[in-house]
Amino acid sequence: MKHTIVALMQDHPGVLHRVVSLFRRRAYNIDSLTVGRTETPGVSRMTIVIEGSDVEQVTKQLYRLIEVLKVSDVTSDPTVEREIALIKVHAPKSARAELVAVCTVFGARAVDIGPNSMIVEITGEPSEVDRFLDVVQPFGIKEMMRTGRIAMIRGSQSHQAALEVEPREDGPVTSLALAG
Amino acid sequence: MSEERTGAQIICEALLREGVDVVFGIPGGAIMPFYHALPDYTGSLRHVLCRHEQGAGHAAEGYARATGKVGVCIATSGPGATNLVTAIADAWMDSTPIVAITGQVSSLVLGTDAFQETDITGITVPITKHNYLITRPEDIPLAIKEAFHIASTGRPGPVLVDITKDAQQARIVPDWSGRINLPGYRPTYTGNRRQIREAVELLTTAKKPLIMAGNGVIWSGASAELRELAERTGIPVVATLHGKGALPEDHPLALGMPGMHGWVHVNRAIQECDVLLNIGGRFDDRVTGKVSGFAPNARVIHIDIDPSEIGKNIRTAVPIVGDARTVLTSLLQEMPARECDEWLAHIREMQATHQGRQQYLKRPETSMLMPHDVYASLNKAMLERGSCRVVTDVGQHQMWAAQLIDSVSPRTHITSGGSGTMGFAVPAALGAAIANPDETIWVICGDGGFQMTNQELATVRQENVRNLKVAIINNGYLGMVRQWQELFENRRYSGTPLSGPDFSLLAQAYGLTGVRVDTTAQVDDAIRGAWDHDGSVVIDFRVEREVNVFPIVPQGKSIGEMLTSAPEPMPVAI
Repeated sequence: MKHTIVALMQDHPGVLHRVVSLFRRRAYNIDSLTVGRTETPGVSRMTIVIEGSDVEQVTKQLYRLIEVLKVSDVTSDPTVEREIALIKVHAPKSARAELVAVCTVFGARAVDIGPNSMIVEITGEPSEVDRFLDVVQPFGIKEMMRTGRIAMIRGSQSHQAALEVEPREDGPVTSLALAG
Repeated sequence: MSEERTGAQIICEALLREGVDVVFGIPGGAIMPFYHALPDYTGSLRHVLCRHEQGAGHAAEGYARATGKVGVCIATSGPGATNLVTAIADAWMDSTPIVAITGQVSSLVLGTDAFQETDITGITVPITKHNYLITRPEDIPLAIKEAFHIASTGRPGPVLVDITKDAQQARIVPDWSGRINLPGYRPTYTGNRRQIREAVELLTTAKKPLIMAGNGVIWSGASAELRELAERTGIPVVATLHGKGALPEDHPLALGMPGMHGWVHVNRAIQECDVLLNIGGRFDDRVTGKVSGFAPNARVIHIDIDPSEIGKNIRTAVPIVGDARTVLTSLLQEMPARECDEWLAHIREMQATHQGRQQYLKRPETSMLMPHDVYASLNKAMLERGSCRVVTDVGQHQMWAAQLIDSVSPRTHITSGGSGTMGFAVPAALGAAIANPDETIWVICGDGGFQMTNQELATVRQENVRNLKVAIINNGYLGMVRQWQELFENRRYSGTPLSGPDFSLLAQAYGLTGVRVDTTAQVDDAIRGAWDHDGSVVIDFRVEREVNVFPIVPQGKSIGEMLTSAPEPMPVAI
């Protein structure tokens, strides 16, 4: 089953490598991954979509990474999910009107027109993007790219980055020398 | 402290601020500025020159395991750093706090395949708690402070700090006021009250409760609390390989080691128990055997400081995330007294029927020296003399030591468990011996593992380490693999027969004392002689070549299905 995992992490070089390394170790294939800034400087947010059975274990192990602040598997939470796709479609003059009509139905828009092709952009739920691609397929897709999904939990439940980076006293300190 | 310092001097001072008194390492191009600075700190920061970086890494581990402090190893870039990898992986698997400091090529050529450049922070991502690539001297004080904090708190583990040569050379006025701010690292020490109450409830009402003590008991220093819990409730205690000594093994409630080479009565107790309290163990597959058949009747309570360990291998009824000592202290506040006499008597009865240890000591009709002769003599001497530690390598001799050497206090039985790193013992014992010059450190290792890292005997000589005594259980085989080939592969001894030099002569060549023992009659004298000798000694025990470790749980079987002898395997039904 596909899982959507949202993680907040410190914006440091190498963090992405550490996170991805955990999935690679278990031979999980990452379906999509998006990283970007959040409302709090120094904190980035990652949305990872993976196919895997024991995702809870990986989630727990993500927490072991020093720079990871918060991890949630939002697969079963009510979320708003969005993805952008850019599609270069084969579109000679004769086909353009029909393609534009299809775009209108899906809320997609043409963002570039060449002699024989158009680039269309669609933003929506990943499933909506899938359906749009099915419909556009017969025109002939020359090139296609998707951003991968981003997800945000609906309502007041939040993933606010600021809450995770409030300055605190040094972590709990035990002297191992004394403990021994 | 407002004077200018080089980055290298700042490293030394940062180490001193963390209470470091000894580092194990080898110089090389990219770490030369550090070595240039080192003599400025003679007297406060001792450097032990190892012969191979793997040895330096294991020595840092041995130091940490013996003292409870963070061990430090130093290497140069490229091959120096990659040679540390085995030791870092070992420390990762066994939760040993070490800080590895590696030199790196100058930041100007970073990423250009410069001479001796290796991406060591990339390589060690999966085997360190955290690592740093430092390119500016300004960042050294806080990075080293954080490295020690991360290595030593929560679940301990290795941290690597890679510092470019130009950062070591640059001169700045260091600012030591930086404060640790790791918002993503907040280990939980205090257990959840409700879960602790549930644990108390289960432990009070169980008919056949059992405690399993792991490495976490040792690292949190929870031995006294463990003992109090066991004595107040009468609940018997099994100790994993790394839990050895958590409860003195001569204690009436101490049962011994579980798992692949655990005693029959211990594994049976696990299979029969109705509540299993695991304190700071990670249910390694060498402990559990086939997980679906492990402790089938038990409700499991699992105390661990690392939440990702709970429920990883074994279904847990009561998870308690926290430090073993802190959690046990809270648990003891609510735990009423009880007794488990009938249950304990039942286990002791099973023990009497399957006398593993006595089985060994029954001599076969051979005039050859048996490995168990060595262990019996060593164990007796250790219990009589005290003030010693045992460091073992990996293989048959290690399991015999786990079975036959009694550990009566924490940190006295040091071995490579999770990673199973052959070659661990000699350098790890070097670290333990330097940390505890007034104790006798016994190495027990096989002839295979000994030949992987015995070059550190030169370090032993150069550093004038006089308290290291090496017992080589020399059977001319890579014995554990040979045993598997004998039991499970129809004696197809592929790649296991092993020759070696005369180890007593080798020891002498290193400037140490070397002794060779061929008969049972010589064992006691050899051990006594080594112990009393003021200097490090290597004893080459030429033992019977094809002796096996029993019991053994075959791969993929449940711990209820043990073989207690060969060649006609006799599964012990449960």
